[in-house]
Formats: sequence, structure tokens, C-alpha cells
Amino acid sequence: MTAALSVTDLTREFDVSAPWLNRVVERKPRAFLRAVDDISFDVPFGSCLSLVGESGCGKSTVARLVTGLYSPTRGSLRFSTDPAGKPLAAQMIFQDPYASLNPRWRVFDIIAEPLRELKLRDGDAAISDRVSDLLSTVGLSPKDARKFPHEFSGGQRQRISIARALAGEPRFLVCDEPTSALDVSVQAQILNLMRRLQDEMNLTYLFISHDMSVVRHMSDQIAVMYLGRIVEQAPTETLFAEPKHPYTRMLLETIPNVRNPHRRREAPSGEVPSPLNPPSGCAFHTRCPLADARCQAERPAMLSHPDGSRVACHRVAEAMDPAPAAP
Amino acid sequence: MPSPVSRDTVASAKPAQPIARPSRFARLRQSDLWYSFTHNKPAMIAAAVLLLVVLAAFSAPWIAPQDTYDPAQLSLWNSELPPIWMDEGQMPFLLGTDTQGRDMLSAILYGSRISILIGIASVILSLTVGLTAGLVAGYFGGITDNVLMRFGDILLSIPTILIAILVSALAMQALPPDLREVGAAAVLVLAIALSGWVQYARLVRAQTTVERGKEYVQAAQLLKVPARRIMVSHILPNTLTPIMVAATLNFGLAILTEATLSFLGIGMPPSQPSLGTLIRLGNQFLFSGIWWVVLFPVLQLCLIVVSVNVLGDWLRDALNPKLR
Repeated sequence: MTAALSVTDLTREFDVSAPWLNRVVERKPRAFLRAVDDISFDVPFGSCLSLVGESGCGKSTVARLVTGLYSPTRGSLRFSTDPAGKPLAAQMIFQDPYASLNPRWRVFDIIAEPLRELKLRDGDAAISDRVSDLLSTVGLSPKDARKFPHEFSGGQRQRISIARALAGEPRFLVCDEPTSALDVSVQAQILNLMRRLQDEMNLTYLFISHDMSVVRHMSDQIAVMYLGRIVEQAPTETLFAEPKHPYTRMLLETIPNVRNPHRRREAPSGEVPSPLNPPSGCAFHTRCPLADARCQAERPAMLSHPDGSRVACHRVAEAMDPAPAAP
Repeated sequence: MPSPVSRDTVASAKPAQPIARPSRFARLRQSDLWYSFTHNKPAMIAAAVLLLVVLAAFSAPWIAPQDTYDPAQLSLWNSELPPIWMDEGQMPFLLGTDTQGRDMLSAILYGSRISILIGIASVILSLTVGLTAGLVAGYFGGITDNVLMRFGDILLSIPTILIAILVSALAMQALPPDLREVGAAAVLVLAIALSGWVQYARLVRAQTTVERGKEYVQAAQLLKVPARRIMVSHILPNTLTPIMVAATLNFGLAILTEATLSFLGIGMPPSQPSLGTLIRLGNQFLFSGIWWVVLFPVLQLCLIVVSVNVLGDWLRDALNPKLR
């Protein structure tokens, strides 16, 4: 299976320095926030890779890097080509259905914008047909094209957002927490719609979420991010059956379990450190129950395991065979 | 206050014909703005007064008893006549005449036309400059933003009247003498707009920085929509609400600034008097007993400015979601 997208050593820093005058007067240096720190992953064709992690771990920055809204500070992003030889086009489904649709535009114009901008259809009749098709595809009525976004519920708005993304005829879709603003029942509808579209149109997804159960439903592979780094990546069921990194285990502990609601579980301790001043060595050592001196000093490398997972943790590496597998 | 039931019936009448797209007029009739307008007496009175004043001013060539621009129609025989209801009043001089024999009603109608035109033109000019500067500064940020807005701050730190005086004085010196009278209106517009655009630029810039971060703008950026089109078709319509209020209130302010400048003698010349010029001319004779040459232009100016301000206040309240 070839990769639709391969990301190598991707880093993105943001300049968060105080204004020039304050820096001069208060003698402060420039400050940079490293939102994404040297991450690498591949997304195979037709699959779904999920990025999970707490707020502020850099998931959404990765999404915006992949779609080109931000440019990388270092590292590379490579899309493979489609059968026609053109690089894959990425479109995006956004988190907030209330901010992602222009409140002054009719649904028709919102969905027609990609058709017009990318010159995918010519003439009003063709555009209008295509908009009706897209609305039906996402489960809305072609009549809805005349309405304004405020006439729809959150779930319906997210369907419009999906229709707009599909209008650009992408092979690759970046979904930035597409369901986190929705009710649970509506979440399921939207997720099932997205899976159906993936099967029908052979789409590749990069899925961003903080919700482990949503991610389990959607993805083939999961990458767990912490403070801008990927700490563990594994096939979905492997990750849930056998989480290796202590942070992954902590995340899985947070999932409510219907059958065993009162199981013993450890509350996640501590808070995510500031990415402005990240901890030395392994970024997780401030909250890790297994941390020792080596974790404080040395940044763990990403090591591949026989079951298809990749983990960046000294303890996991030490627990493996004395002859660690090469990455 | 009308009962809230009436509002419900207005709202529920809307989805009656789901297929046919309602006409613009029908949409206006059903809008919240129209509802709030028809339930606000001061706003309706102000709008009626303003409409009347504007209509009268623009039909001055047809309804005014005298063409005040034509010196041949003036006669010193008719000078200093009091208003018609006083003993020495004469037809057709309803509001009396000034020392040149100029009919005050005609002068006020023609003067209002000039004042209103200068107000409209200066608002349009400062809107154009202000919206452009605000959008560009807010959308691109960085150095562009700093340069544009600091320049605006500098202009704002100088009193409007001072800027206007400076511009008019400079322009009057620069223009050849035969163009001075013709160019006076244009110079006034420029002078008022020069200090007026900053307010719009600030409003639009603040709103643009908010809108720029929203996801619908990012969706357009993903499609590589050119920045100019994102600014004009995506962001601008979402910044217009506060602009409408500011433009209305500034229209009144522009008329007042024009009147001030003309009163100070650096605005419209006596041959094409605006309301401010009329007040200045009349002011010289205030203590000689011919009070009508100053009182009526002042009343007209008040009428225009007060009704514009009442409308602006209503618009601000009607468009403010927190006050609904």
C-alpha cells in the first residue's frame, strides 16, 4: 500500500514574541512556540489516520500544515499523485460548524464556491446540478441551497461543510474535530456519513480528535500526540488492546466504560506543561508514573515494534529485547 | 409596546411559500430591522422629517421662489423684509429676506442641498478609504497594519476642525482664483473625509481581525481564493453592521463640520451659500434686529442633524443583538 501523504520531520514554530518596543525596553528575547515538533507519519491510500491528544498538543496545527494553511518551519509534506498524475488535493472539514460557514452567504454559494474557484464546473446550470447532487449526497434536500446557514442545526451545518469539502473533488480530506461541537446522536450520524463517503469515493482521511471512542470508530491507524510530538502510533485495535506508552494508557483510562463503570482507574495527574517552555528529555516525564533520570535528560527515539506500532518511550524500549529493533 | 404575539405572526408568515424566493421588498418587510423601525416612533418621525428636508432641498430649483445663484433676481428693494406673518412681511418671501434682498426660504433650500451633498460625498469618500484601509490592515496585519493604523492615529490626534482648516487653507492657496469657488465644495469634502476615514478603518480593522481567524475564511484560503476577493466578498459583508451605524452618525457630523468651516469663512463662498455660510452672514446682523436671517438657517441645520442622530441611535440599538 502506498502512502497518500508522507510527512517527514515536520516542525512548525510560531513567533509569540512581545512587540518590538516591549522587547527592547524589557530586554526580553524573541520567543517561539513549537506547536509541532519533528513528527513523521504516513497516511496510506484509502485509510484513515487519526491524531489524538489533549488540547494544545498541536493536532490542529498539523491539520493546517497538511492543508497548506500554514507553511512548515522545517521538514516536508509529500502528497502522492492521483491516477491522472496530479498531486492529491486536500480539503478540510472544520471543527466549529458555526464559524466555518459564512453567515451572509446562501448554502448554494457556499457549496458552489469550490466549483467556481477551482473551475470544476462551467455554467450556472452545471454548477446548480452539482450543488444539488452534493446536497443529496450528504443527506440534505436540494431545496436547502436557498437557505442561509443560520437556518440549520449544528449537524446539518456540518453536512453542508462536508458538501463544500467534497465539492473540491478531493482525494484527501483533513477533518479537524468534525464532531466535537455536536451532540452524541448527531455525532454518530456525521461519522457514519463520513465512513460511507470514504467507501464510495475512496477517500483518504486525516482525522483529528480528542475523543478516543470517535477515533476508534473511524480510524485504521492512530497516532497519539503530546506537546507537539507523536509518542505512539499503532493500528487502531492494537492500540486499544495493548497500549504501550504511559501517556496512551492514561488517555485510554479516561474513556467511560458502560459495562464496568466503577472499574479502578487512575485519574490523570498533572497538567500539560506550557509548550513555550517544554520539559527536557521526554516531554511527558513531568506526569509519567514511570519516569526516571534518563527520561529527564534524553529525548526517546521512535522505535518500531513487531505488532506494527511505533513508540517513543525509554521504559518501553528497555522492556523490549536487549537488541532493540531498528526504526 | 406591542404584544410579542404580533411578532410571532410576522415570523410564522415567512415559511408560507417555501419554493418561491421572497422578493427583496418582502424580505425587507419581514426583517427585524423593519419591525424595529415601525415600532420606534422617534425613528419614524426623524425619518419622515429627514425625507421631507432632503426632498425639499433637492427640488429647490422647482419649488424655491427665487434662484439664489442668479444675482439678477435679487433686488435691494426687497432687502431686510421680515417673515410673512409679521407686519411688514411680503409675498413671496415667506421667511423674509436678508440685507441683499435674498429670499431666506430659497437660500435655506439651496443651502441645505449643498450641505447634504457635501455630507453624503464626504461620507462616501471616507467610507471608501476607511473600508479599504481597515480591510487591508486587518487582513494582512504586520507592517501594513502598523503603518496604516499609526498614520490613522496621527490624523486622529489632530482635531478634525484643525485638519479641515489646514486642508481648505492650503487648497484655497493652491487653486487658481477662478477655480476657488467651483472647487470649494470638493475641498470641503476632501477635508472632512481626511479626518473621517480613520474611524471606519478602526472599526473594520477590528472586525476583520476577528473574521480573518474564522474557519470560513480558512476554507476560502484553502481554495486559493485571491486575498482581494476574500476581503470583499467574505469579510466585508460581515463587518458592515457597525459601519452602517457609524456612517449614519458621521453623516450628521459631516454636515455639522461643513457648517462650522463655512461659519469660520473657509468653506462655501457667499455666492453659493451652504447653511453654515448663511449662519455666518446672518450672524453679522444678529444685533441689528433682523433675527430671521440667522435663526431659520440654524433651525434647519438643527433639524437635519438631530433627525440624522435620532436615526443613527435607533439603528445602533436595532442592530445591537444585546439590546434586542
